[in-house]
Amino acid sequence: MENRDDLIVNDSYATQSNHSEEEGKAIRKKIWQVTLLLSVLTTIEIIMGIYLSSRSASFWPVVKWSFIVMTVVKAFYIVWEFMHLGHEKKSLRRYIIIPYVFFIVYMIFLIIQEGFSVGEYT
Amino acid sequence: MAGHAENVDTATAWGGGRSPFNATYGKMMMWFFLISDALTFGGFLIALGFAKASAESWPVADEVFFHFPGTHANLPLIYVALMTFILIVSSVTMVLAVEAGHRMDQKGVQKWLGWTVVGGLVFLGSQAWEWSTFIAGPDGILSTWTDNATLTNNPYSANGMNPDDVRYTNFFFFVTGFHGFHVFTGVLINFLVFLKVKKGVYQERGHYEMVEKVGLYWHFVDLVWVFVFTFFYLV
Repeated sequence: MENRDDLIVNDSYATQSNHSEEEGKAIRKKIWQVTLLLSVLTTIEIIMGIYLSSRSASFWPVVKWSFIVMTVVKAFYIVWEFMHLGHEKKSLRRYIIIPYVFFIVYMIFLIIQEGFSVGEYT
Repeated sequence: MAGHAENVDTATAWGGGRSPFNATYGKMMMWFFLISDALTFGGFLIALGFAKASAESWPVADEVFFHFPGTHANLPLIYVALMTFILIVSSVTMVLAVEAGHRMDQKGVQKWLGWTVVGGLVFLGSQAWEWSTFIAGPDGILSTWTDNATLTNNPYSANGMNPDDVRYTNFFFFVTGFHGFHVFTGVLINFLVFLKVKKGVYQERGHYEMVEKVGLYWHFVDLVWVFVFTFFYLV
């Protein structure tokens, strides 16, 4: 047998993820639901972005944080459903998510903190 | 989004002879690559956050990106919104291609992957227009280089912003450029896989995991754009 990189168990291939016509129907329904959610959130973001800017809105921090929350929600659905991570084994899921999120949140905290500090003294 | 049929016994999963994560080598390596790539993009966007936090002021996106092809009307963010939707739609067609692959539906994969390639090309074209409009600067004329947006000149300096501060144009070119390069390679890879789908290579192999793997990369490109859109154009 030639060398293949699509093995999960000794000599069995990754065919176990194949599914039937009925299962496919349910999956497609889920895909359209996620599509609708992503489109609605993006539309809200755009409408808010057009009418509210840091120059005009006095409640800008609220606007800014709602943009960030909507972005994280969209990212979650892309990773969980489109990239299928939510349906992988728990160990793989945690292995991918936890180190990245921990590191990046720490980076954001450190560097943005320093940014405000540098801005204050220049 | 297929449920995995096989349950892995945790007692023996790490005993060797199988993937404890129930994922193939190729898929794992794609995830590893995406994590490292996500750190690169994260670095870019966090650096952008540092620049914004430390600058005295920063241009407002509504006042820079209000052009739309074929009209002189003031339409803030509409063009970027269009680009965002194109990328989301091409991500949806990609996930539909993966789903068709799980049913061994060669025609379906071919159709949806084909539309994904088209979506990617449309996005790249849109970005070319976006770049040329941005470079042309506030006067909208590309041939007058003295007031164009370049790495050494920022014609969009906002009130109170140091005119020598070129970080705004630099971040625009590097962040959207690096993302655009990912879209370009994504389109290329999707097209090559599309050709192999057409030839029936994966049909013969018995599974369309290659479509799943390039799908992961393509969704990642969409994922990055979600963040670029928020942190460059909205916040």
